[in-house]
Amino acid sequence: MASMRDIKRRKVSIQSTQQITKAMKLVSTVKLQRAKQRAERSQTYFLSMYQTVVNILKRSGYMEHPYMKPNVSGKKAVIVITSNRGLAGGYNSNIVKLITQQEWKKEEVIIYAIGKKGRDALRRKGYEVIADESEMINEPLYSDAMELSDRLLQDFSDGKIGEIYLAYTHFRNTVSHIPTMLKLLPVDMEEAAEKSEIDSEVEDKTLMNYEPEEVEALNMIIPKYVTSIIYGALVEAVASENGARMQAMDSATSNAEEMIGSLELQYNRARQGHITQELTEIIGGAEALSN
Amino acid sequence: MADNLFKLKIISPERTFYEGEVTMFECRTTEGEIGILKNHIPLTAVLAPGVARIMEPDKENAKAALISGFIEILQDEVTVLAEIAEWPDEIDVKRAEEAKIRAQRRLQEKATGTNLARATLALQRSIARIEAAKK
Repeated sequence: MASMRDIKRRKVSIQSTQQITKAMKLVSTVKLQRAKQRAERSQTYFLSMYQTVVNILKRSGYMEHPYMKPNVSGKKAVIVITSNRGLAGGYNSNIVKLITQQEWKKEEVIIYAIGKKGRDALRRKGYEVIADESEMINEPLYSDAMELSDRLLQDFSDGKIGEIYLAYTHFRNTVSHIPTMLKLLPVDMEEAAEKSEIDSEVEDKTLMNYEPEEVEALNMIIPKYVTSIIYGALVEAVASENGARMQAMDSATSNAEEMIGSLELQYNRARQGHITQELTEIIGGAEALSN
Repeated sequence: MADNLFKLKIISPERTFYEGEVTMFECRTTEGEIGILKNHIPLTAVLAPGVARIMEPDKENAKAALISGFIEILQDEVTVLAEIAEWPDEIDVKRAEEAKIRAQRRLQEKATGTNLARATLALQRSIARIEAAKK
């Protein structure tokens, strides 16, 4: 059995770890609240944006548009949103797994990283990381998303990349976060049409006019659509990150609690054993003397 | 009087910028200034940087700077999806003035291609802000 001093030292060290995890949990709870509010506030924008774009696409039919068909380039650009800091449970590794599990050749994939953890992990695995916007995740701004989408669309029309994907963690609620892969460009007509069938039957009957012409309007609206999805993903990812960290720290705190309990028990046993041993020694000594 | 009201919603990524019943709404699109009354034909238009005016009954007209986005007009509801929307008291006039001068300088240097487009946009943006901030 370990000595009393060793057990005590171990217990103290776990206690101080527990204090840290508890503090981290509190901090991420507060941050989660803020991020959640933010995500909820911006949700109306994305829903209407999505609705409008889908409606336009549906009405204008399968038109020939550069944003609608795959490019000559076989490269796939993936925007990967992870966190800058660790200790968030499986948050970062789930996103990395999402990418490595796709049946893509490594040479075909170009990573636009947002978040240091994902960037480092993917670089280690041998993916090509050409952009690093990790600062963005600390305080996501709409203008950041605009810059990034401008750059992506530029690369897309230059033919450097053929498809654009977005990997982020969808924030369903405080305890459930789902790693998600979204295809941004080319716009998937069939998928869009499928989704819109359910919720836009009423609007179908109104005849919509466009100013400027549909194709031109689409030219201006698609970049805004891409930007808004990127921004929405950023905001949700921040909420998910803090949610994941809160959960991880919560379980770490309760694990520490458990360990402290069992160490306490061991310590008391060792103390009792020590006393019993001392007593037997004294009694043994006294008996030896009296004989 | 109450017959000519319609619902107006202005949404920006960060917040719901404005929501209410109005008599008239004016804004600038890429095709020119438009004013919307009740029972406008359904229309989707792309916004250009400019000043929007919101006219509510029994109230002074409200002004706001709408920088980019698009507007969707349905029978009795108007939705503006604005990437950037600002009330006059949120605008930093000094910064806008500086941006205007910068943009003008760049235009005089005869920028080409994307730079030209960017400078023109920047100029429009700053003018819209200054106009909106004026009393």
